[in-house]
Amino acid sequence: MQRIRLRYTKRGRLRFTSHRDFQRAFERALRRAEVPMAYSAGFTPHPKVSYANAAPTGTGSEAEYLEIALAAARDPEQLRKLLDESLPDGLDITDAVEARTSSFAERLEASVWELRLEGVEPADAERAVEAFLAAETVEVQRRTKNGLRTFDARSAVVRLEALAAPSDRPGDRACAILRLVVRHVTPAVRPDDVLSGLSVTADLALPVPAAVTRLAQGLLDAESGTVTDPLAPDRDASPAASTTAAGQSAGAAQVPEGSV
Amino acid sequence: MSAAESVFPQLEALLPHVQKPIQYVGGELNSTVKPWSECDVRWALMYPDAYEVGLPNQGVMILYEVLNEREGVLAERTYSVWPDLEELMREHKVPQFTVDSHRPVGAFDVFGLSFSTELGYTNMLTALDLAGIPLESADRTIDDPIVLAGGHAAFNPEPIADFIDCAVIGDGEQAVLEITDIIRAWKAEGRPGGRDELLVRLARTGGVYVPRFYDVEYLADGRIARVVPNRSGVPWRVSKHTVMDLDEWPYPKQPLVPLAETVHERMSVEIFRGCTRGCRFCQAGMITRPVRERSITGIGEMVEKGLKATGFEEVGLLSLSSADHTEIGEVAKGLADRYEEDKIGLSLPSTRVDAFNVDLANELTRNGRRSGLTFAPEGGSERMRKVINKMVSEEDLIRTVATAYGNGWRQVKLYFMCGLPTETDEDVLQIADMAMNVIAKGREVSKSNDIRCTVSIGGFVPKPHTPFQWAPQLSAEETDARLEKLRDKIRGDKKYGRSIGFRYHDGKPGIVEGLLSRGDRRLGAVIRAVYEDGGRFDGWREHFSYDRWMASAEKVLPEVGVDVAWYTTRERTYEEVLPWDHLDSGLDKDWLWEDWQDALDETEVEDCRWTPCFDCGVCPQMDTHIQIGPTGKKLLPLSVK
Repeated sequence: MQRIRLRYTKRGRLRFTSHRDFQRAFERALRRAEVPMAYSAGFTPHPKVSYANAAPTGTGSEAEYLEIALAAARDPEQLRKLLDESLPDGLDITDAVEARTSSFAERLEASVWELRLEGVEPADAERAVEAFLAAETVEVQRRTKNGLRTFDARSAVVRLEALAAPSDRPGDRACAILRLVVRHVTPAVRPDDVLSGLSVTADLALPVPAAVTRLAQGLLDAESGTVTDPLAPDRDASPAASTTAAGQSAGAAQVPEGSV
Repeated sequence: MSAAESVFPQLEALLPHVQKPIQYVGGELNSTVKPWSECDVRWALMYPDAYEVGLPNQGVMILYEVLNEREGVLAERTYSVWPDLEELMREHKVPQFTVDSHRPVGAFDVFGLSFSTELGYTNMLTALDLAGIPLESADRTIDDPIVLAGGHAAFNPEPIADFIDCAVIGDGEQAVLEITDIIRAWKAEGRPGGRDELLVRLARTGGVYVPRFYDVEYLADGRIARVVPNRSGVPWRVSKHTVMDLDEWPYPKQPLVPLAETVHERMSVEIFRGCTRGCRFCQAGMITRPVRERSITGIGEMVEKGLKATGFEEVGLLSLSSADHTEIGEVAKGLADRYEEDKIGLSLPSTRVDAFNVDLANELTRNGRRSGLTFAPEGGSERMRKVINKMVSEEDLIRTVATAYGNGWRQVKLYFMCGLPTETDEDVLQIADMAMNVIAKGREVSKSNDIRCTVSIGGFVPKPHTPFQWAPQLSAEETDARLEKLRDKIRGDKKYGRSIGFRYHDGKPGIVEGLLSRGDRRLGAVIRAVYEDGGRFDGWREHFSYDRWMASAEKVLPEVGVDVAWYTTRERTYEEVLPWDHLDSGLDKDWLWEDWQDALDETEVEDCRWTPCFDCGVCPQMDTHIQIGPTGKKLLPLSVK
């Protein structure tokens, strides 16, 4: 049985796809692409797909990951192309490697997010970020299935920067961009929670909802505050080594896109 | 022409605040966006219900594809938005949009709506208003789209005559192309004579009904005196459209695959159109005659290509009575053989009560779970089934369920109607006896107490173009009382009660459906009043308000001297001019009347596929004929994978 790890995106209007919606679309794409899936045993067999750490509905992503198990081996790049063609535009498969290491999910330690704040002056955003980072803890609330929950949004944040959006057209209204590196903790601290934090610490208000995109997920380099490509260890492990102690070769390859 | 730019940027800002935003963004697999400027005839197609119901609708999907295949023509889809988005759209002035390229519906040449049911009428008004199109046809200008109604409910479009510009009855595949050609020519000539001229050109084809070209005169007692064309060249009666060769129209070839969850997550193939079983309550069976089968090879090809194009895991073989296809056995076995390895499920909705259907169902569930089988005896007593011409005896039913339980099926679902013509409490109470006999037989053959039978029952609504179009509808109160008696009888039974599930729909929505389905133009004001009072999504229990409909009717109807009961529970006579008489479904009104009399005499009529013609009128009137197999061909030579 071959296992393939895939990186995929939720772009543009398809960022409104919920994780359940994506699962159905992906399983149909597997059928259309005639991927020789391995199936679970049992009365109603399911294709073996494991999803990791999906981005919330409404946020875009350049770096979602999943793993599939095949009954017959396939070339990862060819499989990637086939699957990409079988999915609607916006749900794009951007990378594929054969799994040669274990504990993939544990390599998703942190995420890099970009938050576009239309109508917010970059200077205001900067002040809010400073106040947020200066605080020891920032208590925020979020409505969950079990009611209103209060937790700290500050400690999981590794980096937070405010930038001015490059203005393409004259007369564009103000727009600030936040770059956020946040550690995956429980309960998860989402970009929305950080925005609530900015409103708590510095009264930062958004005239329109923020456009949020996940740029990268992976191992966190705590010193530099960067996130590394979680598929790199699989790429680096030689095929011969795949059956031996491959899991240890934690990759340090830098991803140019998405690192801050 | 209104600006045709995409409103997506404005909409996008609203989407984070609404439920299930994915339903509004489009981008479905197999959807089509054609360049606006390269097309000269543009259709916005609407199924006037929520996306989850509207997207899988076969009618809209077929027309969307047929139109988009044409050069220079584009079609985009729009659905009803939920009240949460409607409120935000009004606040932020975002118009009704298509999901394909998010253009305002008002910018299209045609706004075509497919009505499966009358309960979508208020949603049409919401969409028109959000689109900025005047609600009434009379107030529209040359720059507004032509508002066109189709679908089964369009066979009596009179209640919405004020709001639509025209209606087309029957099969849409060829009709939309003919209409497209007429619009193209009129636009190329510089739109001579404005909107009126275009409607005249459409009306003169004899296949497009333009309500404003007909005057309705009333008698003092409220009945219609006559309906007269008020323009020269406009026909007295407008004919339905019939596609004769289904194999020439293998649509949808590229079924839409939604990202959002919808009510039918499967690939549907229509295996035949029309039905001549002759069930007297069934409007679909009456208005879609004659029977036209898709060939076994045509079915095989559509399933194969459709599965490749969609990746669906289930295929539904659709029709009004799927087991009646002349080669259904071969089709079912062939498909089950071919897809056995691929874990593709097959389903056959709408089957009759007979043992052959259990064999079919067994074939289709070779590897799967045998959970539930559904049959529709419709009437509880033998007498009732004679009245409705549903020729099935209790013996047949018991034999059929015995086969089912004997083959490992655990649950049998039985569908019935309440309030059929001449029905008494006793007829309905016999449903309980039938269900008990089913359970007794089931326990006997399965040697288990772990079997179930579910009785599902709703109120009967008399429909236009059926032998029951003259029948009185049972009032909501009487329907509910009868259903309660049945419920008590089932629940009260010590021996079998616990094995019988009972599901019923109360009588109130049926009265509103009945009001609208046999209504006339005077109901336009009622629909409008309901809409203005906030009426939306009338097909949804949580949104439907009976009281709102009754209050609106009481406000409007006294002026014209009729009331809701006049439209619903009143029996019509032979002489009465019915509001839809000038819409020609091919059925001879005298034949329908005779069949109504036969119903009252409890006389059954056979199926004309296997017996001589009964002169229902359709084939000679429409120049059509029954088109059935068997062809003797095999499913399809398997393509090399």
